[in-house]
Amino acid sequence: MTKIAFMNAINQALDQAMEKDDKVFLMGEDILGGTDIKHLEEKNEDSWGGCFGVTKGLGPKYGKKRVIDTPISEQSYMGAAVGAAVTGLRPVPELMFSDFIGVSFDSLLTQGSKMRYMFGGKAKLPLTVRTTIGAGASAAAQHSGAYYGIFASIPGIKVVVPSNPYDAKGLLLSAIEEDNIVVFCEDKTLYGVKGEVPEEYYTIPLGKAAVKREGKDLSIVTIGKMVSVAMEVADRLEKEGIDVEVIDLRTVAPWDEETVIESVKKTGRLIVIDEAQPHNNTATDIAATVTDKAFDYLDGPIKRVTAPNTPVPFATNLEQAYLPTADRVIEESAEIIDDLKSSK
Amino acid sequence: MKKLTAAKAKEAYEKMNDIRNFENTLHDIFAKGEIPGFVHLYAGEEAVAVGVCSHLTDSDYITSTHRGHGHCIAKGCDLKGMMAEIYGRETGLCKGKGGSMHIADLDKGMLGANGIVGSGFPLAIGAGLRNQYLGTDDVAVCFFGDGAANEGNFHESINMAAIWKLPVVFINENNTFAESTPQHYSSASPTIAERAAAYNIPGEKVDGKDFMAVYEAAGKAIDRARKGEGPSLIEYHTYREYGHFEGDEQTYKYDSDEEIAFHDRDDIKEFRAYALKKKLFTEKDAEKIEDKSVQDVADAVEFAKASPIPQPEALFTDVFAD
Repeated sequence: MTKIAFMNAINQALDQAMEKDDKVFLMGEDILGGTDIKHLEEKNEDSWGGCFGVTKGLGPKYGKKRVIDTPISEQSYMGAAVGAAVTGLRPVPELMFSDFIGVSFDSLLTQGSKMRYMFGGKAKLPLTVRTTIGAGASAAAQHSGAYYGIFASIPGIKVVVPSNPYDAKGLLLSAIEEDNIVVFCEDKTLYGVKGEVPEEYYTIPLGKAAVKREGKDLSIVTIGKMVSVAMEVADRLEKEGIDVEVIDLRTVAPWDEETVIESVKKTGRLIVIDEAQPHNNTATDIAATVTDKAFDYLDGPIKRVTAPNTPVPFATNLEQAYLPTADRVIEESAEIIDDLKSSK
Repeated sequence: MKKLTAAKAKEAYEKMNDIRNFENTLHDIFAKGEIPGFVHLYAGEEAVAVGVCSHLTDSDYITSTHRGHGHCIAKGCDLKGMMAEIYGRETGLCKGKGGSMHIADLDKGMLGANGIVGSGFPLAIGAGLRNQYLGTDDVAVCFFGDGAANEGNFHESINMAAIWKLPVVFINENNTFAESTPQHYSSASPTIAERAAAYNIPGEKVDGKDFMAVYEAAGKAIDRARKGEGPSLIEYHTYREYGHFEGDEQTYKYDSDEEIAFHDRDDIKEFRAYALKKKLFTEKDAEKIEDKSVQDVADAVEFAKASPIPQPEALFTDVFAD
């Protein structure tokens, strides 16, 4: 199998989804780039292919009817995607940074996510919003948010956060097949990460976590690029005789309660690593749910390792300190790790 | 543009009566406390919804506003289903889960009343994009109030419709007040229509109390959109009979003699007189339509009151498609 970068896996998924279904189209800012520039159109070339180059080549292949450069009008083009979805197309708009949801939220918050319910079950919303998340790219406070929890708090929206190229392709194809709104969060710092990706069309079901590593002593549940942090923690604790199970949620809404609860029933200990801020986030939701449903199985407190309750800083050292690392996970979870060590 | 035939004129007169009776009835039953929530009544503006929608079929789309009952009726929604929805009953158009402000009927191309001011603009862009994408000659009509004209979506959406030449028609219902705030205070441009120049599209201000003026202006704009020539903006000057919502004391009204005279004009009576003069229907036809409309609305109320409330399980369904 060939190894390709995360961003190429996304590009491949979009290409295959568009090939499969004429009603799938892309819209967003500079996703083709250079629309109506004569010298580019003469050669059938795109310019940017998206601000990170993720959609590169799709414009020349499918034309500007299906790869639509929008004006910088996030409020209206996101709303237009909702309008196109509810009238029968299958739009895949790109919101360049999830931080821009501030200017465009209405279309998802009060319109799209509620239409099926408000209209008594008659509407379908086959809409996948692709957006980027994540700190670690020196993009500072307005281009680095990990806002999946905000989307996940709204009934009527599914939220996917892939951690690797294989999942990115399969989950995106599933999302586009959905007759529901899916917000597909791509961590921009993972775009260059390579992994094995089959060339053929395949899907990974939404709402199913992946057990990245089995273990019996401690469960770590995590999301997106924090999966690699969890794997590092597991490697380091293994050397101390602690057997860690790592669960990659893959989908934040709905998250896979069954897999998480089963894991905690087995291990009795849980750490949740979440790049979002510490309050009202996915980690908190998981901790509360596990406390409700598996309290008797817990042998210690649930540890949540998250970003601090601050905006994302710019200076490199501060940004590094902002993101959860293996060191921080081990340090902040000392209470349960020490307990495990002493029981060995 | 299609000339107003006798059959179309009758149908329009029926719908205008239906809207007026529906809203007058709601005004009375709301005061009696029979319906939950709040309602925003369309009475007084009938000529606009009906004059515009007379050019549309079920495969054309409309987006609507807080004040959506008139658009629903003009677009052909069922009176009983509408009334039951406003009563919160299982037989409502949206199974009682939407209510007055979210009443919708996708089978009729009615994309919903909307509780968020200005949020209909991009939905209409999406529907117009869909029509263009699929190569149909269907149009999307975006009804919006004078208040919505000051939302950011107004600018973004009209600009997009113009650059992509979308089959969308923007219908501004300038009913003189955005909630309680007059347009001369809240808009820097004296008219909404003149803003069309900024987007290089046709814009025109029309007497919204005059059914024929509404009908003709809308017909021109809708024809243009169907032919792929792009969007237009029409500002219809009209006046709402009741408050912004039921219970509004409307102390902001009647600031000038001119305003009082405009308020006193009745679009339905004016159209009736015109149609009789032009022999589009007879006095007898008109009376028959008027009586039937009163009866149909009374039947809708009876239907709604006799309908069951939603089953408790309905709380949990229809969040996601399977």
